[in-house]
Amino acid sequence: MKYETQKIALVYFVVAMALFAVQVLGGLLAGWIYVSPNTLSELLPFNIVRMLHTNSLIVWLLLGFMGAAYFILPEESEQEIHSPTLAYVQLAILVLGTLGVVVTYVFNLFEGNIFLGKEGREFLEQPMWVKIGIVVAALIFLYNVTMTSLKGRKTTITNILLLGLWGLALLFLFAFYNPANLSLDKQYWWYVVHLWVEGVWELIMASILAFLMLKLTGVDREVVEKWLYIIVATALFSGILGTGHHYYWIGTPPYWQWIGSIFSSLEVIPFFGMMAFAFVMVWKGRRDHPNKAALLWALGCATLAFFGAGVWGFLHTLHGVNYYTHGTQITAAHGHLAFFGAYVSLNLAIFSYAMPILRGRDPYNQVLNMASFWLMAGGMTFMTFVLTFAGTVQTHLQRVQGDYFMDVQDQIAVFYWMRFGAGVIVVLGALLFIYAILVPRREIITSGPDSTVAAE
Amino acid sequence: MSTATKGLPGEVLMWVLIFSELAVFGAGLAIFMALRLLDPVGFAEAQLALLPGLAGINTILLITSGFFAAMAVQSPHLARPWLAAAALLGVLFLVIKAYEFQHKAALGISFETHDFFMFYYLLTGFHAAHVVAGIGILVIVGWTKHPAHIETGAQFWHMVDLVWVLLFPVVYLL
Repeated sequence: MKYETQKIALVYFVVAMALFAVQVLGGLLAGWIYVSPNTLSELLPFNIVRMLHTNSLIVWLLLGFMGAAYFILPEESEQEIHSPTLAYVQLAILVLGTLGVVVTYVFNLFEGNIFLGKEGREFLEQPMWVKIGIVVAALIFLYNVTMTSLKGRKTTITNILLLGLWGLALLFLFAFYNPANLSLDKQYWWYVVHLWVEGVWELIMASILAFLMLKLTGVDREVVEKWLYIIVATALFSGILGTGHHYYWIGTPPYWQWIGSIFSSLEVIPFFGMMAFAFVMVWKGRRDHPNKAALLWALGCATLAFFGAGVWGFLHTLHGVNYYTHGTQITAAHGHLAFFGAYVSLNLAIFSYAMPILRGRDPYNQVLNMASFWLMAGGMTFMTFVLTFAGTVQTHLQRVQGDYFMDVQDQIAVFYWMRFGAGVIVVLGALLFIYAILVPRREIITSGPDSTVAAE
Repeated sequence: MSTATKGLPGEVLMWVLIFSELAVFGAGLAIFMALRLLDPVGFAEAQLALLPGLAGINTILLITSGFFAAMAVQSPHLARPWLAAAALLGVLFLVIKAYEFQHKAALGISFETHDFFMFYYLLTGFHAAHVVAGIGILVIVGWTKHPAHIETGAQFWHMVDLVWVLLFPVVYLL
């Protein structure tokens, strides 16, 4: 660790991992409700479990991104973080808000109160006071990282990272607009969610991957930057109008079917670019960095993002196909592998790289961490295939043959059992990852001679 | 990477943009032609509402404008007048285009009248938006007067040109 304030990242990462545990356990519970639907139906209904599962995912990914920014910025801009105190205040606000959301979801206190209660939305559901808290925290964060960057060296990596983080915070403002018209509500909802995951988050992803490639492979910065520009250009070109693929059936004009189909088909290109980038860098790289776990996660991230977001996304993005598959288990298959591949793996990659440095036990070969990669990646890939088969059968029975929804659900129950099994593996992998990052202090297996390696 | 891009004139990122644009317009035109195969009579009937003469004039305007932009790259000391002429023809193109859209609107033709018009509005509308952006770019590179910037601007302008040359026969003539 070169800069004292990089330590801020440690706390962010630990909180993120705690929420990661909550998220996968929530997912496991939701997966169990699929096979045994009456479980906790009074105490913790499925819609609440699902909301916890998806929202805790988003929050821990955001905490991870912010932690990553606090870790990367000092090193790139050769400058301590502007104000460590503000960084901790910001984290405290976010943690308080998260607890507030969970309490509001589960116990539904303050029903109907415009400031404290639920908003009655399927998505972007936070009480108003939490939304305001998120904006305050985001402003503190942007102030802190921007000041740091302005004072120090400006690199392409930090510029793209900051562009992504600014976009992330500004787009969240659409969450405050809550029109009574459901079509409008959904239209603006995608301004937040789509323009996040298929827009500005891709900038954050590309810049964090670029940082990792720079450190792990020792390739020239100039080469990394050229790739970064091209990935970012193709991501924004395809992703912004690709929003149209959410406007097929919500009451928006029909030209969105063609705009959405054409542009979102191109969204596979930046993900292919990121995969090609990661592998070419590793092949070209001269450095044999001892942190193999971080490299494994980085390559796994680029690969699984290409398949989960790129290929599985394309699978049902054309409106002629989506007419049949919309809202079936095909969507769930894509959602799981895309989020795991792109943003979960990205976070776990930067955790794997940064945590040994932050905890002063570098180099450290993290064998348990690598085992957890294969558990999680294997479990998630199996889950994706299972849900894809379930979705294909469901699409045919329900949308082509016209069978009733619940009759079809009974017929695809076997897939839900297999999905639950896959979920168990993923949860075991996640818990093993957290253990591997936080607990062991000594190397378990000694690696080969690496005395020539400059560990950065 | 560096060896591959060494022989490439102009800005690499502009080439990335140009290929992306060509992919989008190419996909749009391909879908348009595929839909026409399914409904040749309806498409032919719808096409009668277009004004191919004006579109022909617009083609000449854009190609001439592209020539002026190329001249701006060729003769740096006269770059500004050439760019201004190129931008002016772009504005004329937009005036004619606006008349054309207004003519369709007067006939009560909208996106939803027919698949033909859906793609007519999407393709020529997107293209017109690029002409607007292109004029802005020509003005900016004329302002900075840097030869590399002018080359990049001309790159973009030629792409706008090329897309129109592909659109014109497919939408108005075939």
